[in-house]
Amino acid sequence: MTHADDGSREITVETLARVEGEGAMRILVEDGKVADVQLRIYEPPRFFEALLRGRGHTEPPDITSRICGICPVAYEMSACLAIEDACGVTVPEEVRLLRRLLYCGEWIESHTLHVYLLHLPDFLGYPGVVEMSADHRELVERGLRLKHAGNALMALVGGRAVHPVNVRVGGFYRLTTAAELAQLRPLLVRALDDALATVTTVAGLEFADFEQDAYEYVALRTGTDYPIEAGSFVTSGGGAFPARDFDAWVTEHHVAHSNALHASLRDVGPYVVGPLARYSLNHDRLPPTARQAADAAGLGPVCRNPFRSIVVRAVELVTACEEALRIIDGWSDGGVPSVPVPARAGVGYGATEAPRGVLYHRYELAEDGRVLDARIVPPTSQNLASIELDLRAFVQPRLDLDLDELTRRCEQAVRNYDPCISCATHFLDLTVEHV
Amino acid sequence: MTDVEEPRRRPTLAVWKFASCDGCQLTLLNCEDELLGLAGAVEIAYFPEATRAVVEGPYDLSLVEGSVTTPGDRERIQEVRAASRRLVTIGACATAGGIQALRNFADVEEFTAAVYAHPEYIATLDRSTPISAHVRVDYELRGCPIDRVQLLEVIAAFLHRRKPRISGESVCMECKRRGNVCVTVAHGTPCLGPVTHAGCGALCPSYDRGCYGCFGPAETTNTVSLARRLRELDMSERDVARVFATFNAATPAFAAESARHEAAAPAAGGDR
Repeated sequence: MTHADDGSREITVETLARVEGEGAMRILVEDGKVADVQLRIYEPPRFFEALLRGRGHTEPPDITSRICGICPVAYEMSACLAIEDACGVTVPEEVRLLRRLLYCGEWIESHTLHVYLLHLPDFLGYPGVVEMSADHRELVERGLRLKHAGNALMALVGGRAVHPVNVRVGGFYRLTTAAELAQLRPLLVRALDDALATVTTVAGLEFADFEQDAYEYVALRTGTDYPIEAGSFVTSGGGAFPARDFDAWVTEHHVAHSNALHASLRDVGPYVVGPLARYSLNHDRLPPTARQAADAAGLGPVCRNPFRSIVVRAVELVTACEEALRIIDGWSDGGVPSVPVPARAGVGYGATEAPRGVLYHRYELAEDGRVLDARIVPPTSQNLASIELDLRAFVQPRLDLDLDELTRRCEQAVRNYDPCISCATHFLDLTVEHV
Repeated sequence: MTDVEEPRRRPTLAVWKFASCDGCQLTLLNCEDELLGLAGAVEIAYFPEATRAVVEGPYDLSLVEGSVTTPGDRERIQEVRAASRRLVTIGACATAGGIQALRNFADVEEFTAAVYAHPEYIATLDRSTPISAHVRVDYELRGCPIDRVQLLEVIAAFLHRRKPRISGESVCMECKRRGNVCVTVAHGTPCLGPVTHAGCGALCPSYDRGCYGCFGPAETTNTVSLARRLRELDMSERDVARVFATFNAATPAFAAESARHEAAAPAAGGDR
């Protein structure tokens, strides 16, 4: 961080803390005007699309889950949908429900991680959760309890919390039993209470006066439920398209300072995915308790202040707990764990709502099931351009702030998006330096 | 027990990330019941995923996640080693190069031919290598991802200056102790359990699935014999080659077995 006499200053954070993955932030101010904003992604690329080529059509769920340890279920689910689409297979209702239940576990785990461990310390003025726990022990214990409930749900349905083993193309290896779910139920009843208490806590925080009126929201939507494991795309500008048209609506371009691509919506430009977009486009799809919690928190049907994303995440925590309990209470044994997915040549598309926003997969398969081509567009790379625009708009009227304070608040503005940098960089190809 | 007179300085813990998915360091944050206790027993001195605060090194114990894949990281791991009294790798990336080590076997010319708009913006090495290929490592914890209980055992062991109590046996042993029916014997399901390092608690067989090897090779393996059995179970040469070439593809035992079957597989047009 530097502060020169000529009115120019540079705000630099070399290692962004409390985000998943490795990124840096650089904001350049010249003559009192923000001249440049860069969220620099230096997380090493891992080339998943390249290494998927030639793999069998049953392998993408396990392989792509390794893109992200925080939202592996999202990768497994989008991969399954895309492969099943390519092979012309529809899974039975009990498989869809169990997928939604597993995904609820991931939402609970991931949102709690962000709300309590990554984002809340910004609002309460601590460097991290451990320091925060010295003064707010009960609050932190509530967060850890919620996170544990999400992990326990993933561990039961998926086998483990990170890179679950029970998911396969066509369904699951083994269906969870009603008896197992009944045993887990009390944990989720408590989690619903904890999630409601979380909404109350975060609704009382102080938020920067900052609205992003111009941004386009993009999320999935379904005929009945809040979108998690399925849905079709909608935009706040009135656009609507199925996953198979994603490539026609979204283009990506490569910018010099980043190991991640920036996404752009046709005729619009930068857009936003994630809790704010999902909530604002699906307020009428919230289950009853979550809707009440949102109303009580004063959220309204549309939220355009990214600093309030912590409240929306808390409402989605209620949603995930409520949905999980609904599925558990309606569960009966006797379904088939999976249906066969015979290979055939074709292209398939899949999109689901990862905790950070919609995650798109496309696979082209050969007749014997070999993956010929893969495309994966994670939520964070769709949000990167908007995060930079946010920073630009946020910093300009706050240039009189002390540099340390301004830097801290810029970091908070980045964390509003819960960026998952590990996800955003997985797919770039390479120049090779031989070792 | 000793040093009761003087308040003892808490040992410092640092967590470092290289090329990885974050899942192994997340496993530390997934220790919900132990996290606050751990933070009392050690000083979390460097852990960017969890805190902005940074305490200067050297560090008593460094946990390293991820593999080395860039010129910058090749330098950085030297600095991490120099700043660490003890260095433990956590997970398949740091211990074996991870899934991204599949590039080590790719035709590099062909790999680079699939270029993006501006490959000149990206700096990367042509191989993904484990931490031990670059610096001395005090202990390697296996798994993709690591097991939470094993992680706590390793941290406790290093804090008490003892050897971690972690067995190098195969998943089969854990599976038997868990009382599972063998998925291969009973159902003819292909399973890598006989050659895979224990640590997961035989998860996959407990979910009616064959082990897919995410903990890498056990201390002693007979992959040739297992591969023969997999072929008898109707896996093609290509499938056998693939099943050894996943998250621990660069370990010598799995790489060799995969290569044997890759060579035996009929050439498929356009296969890579």
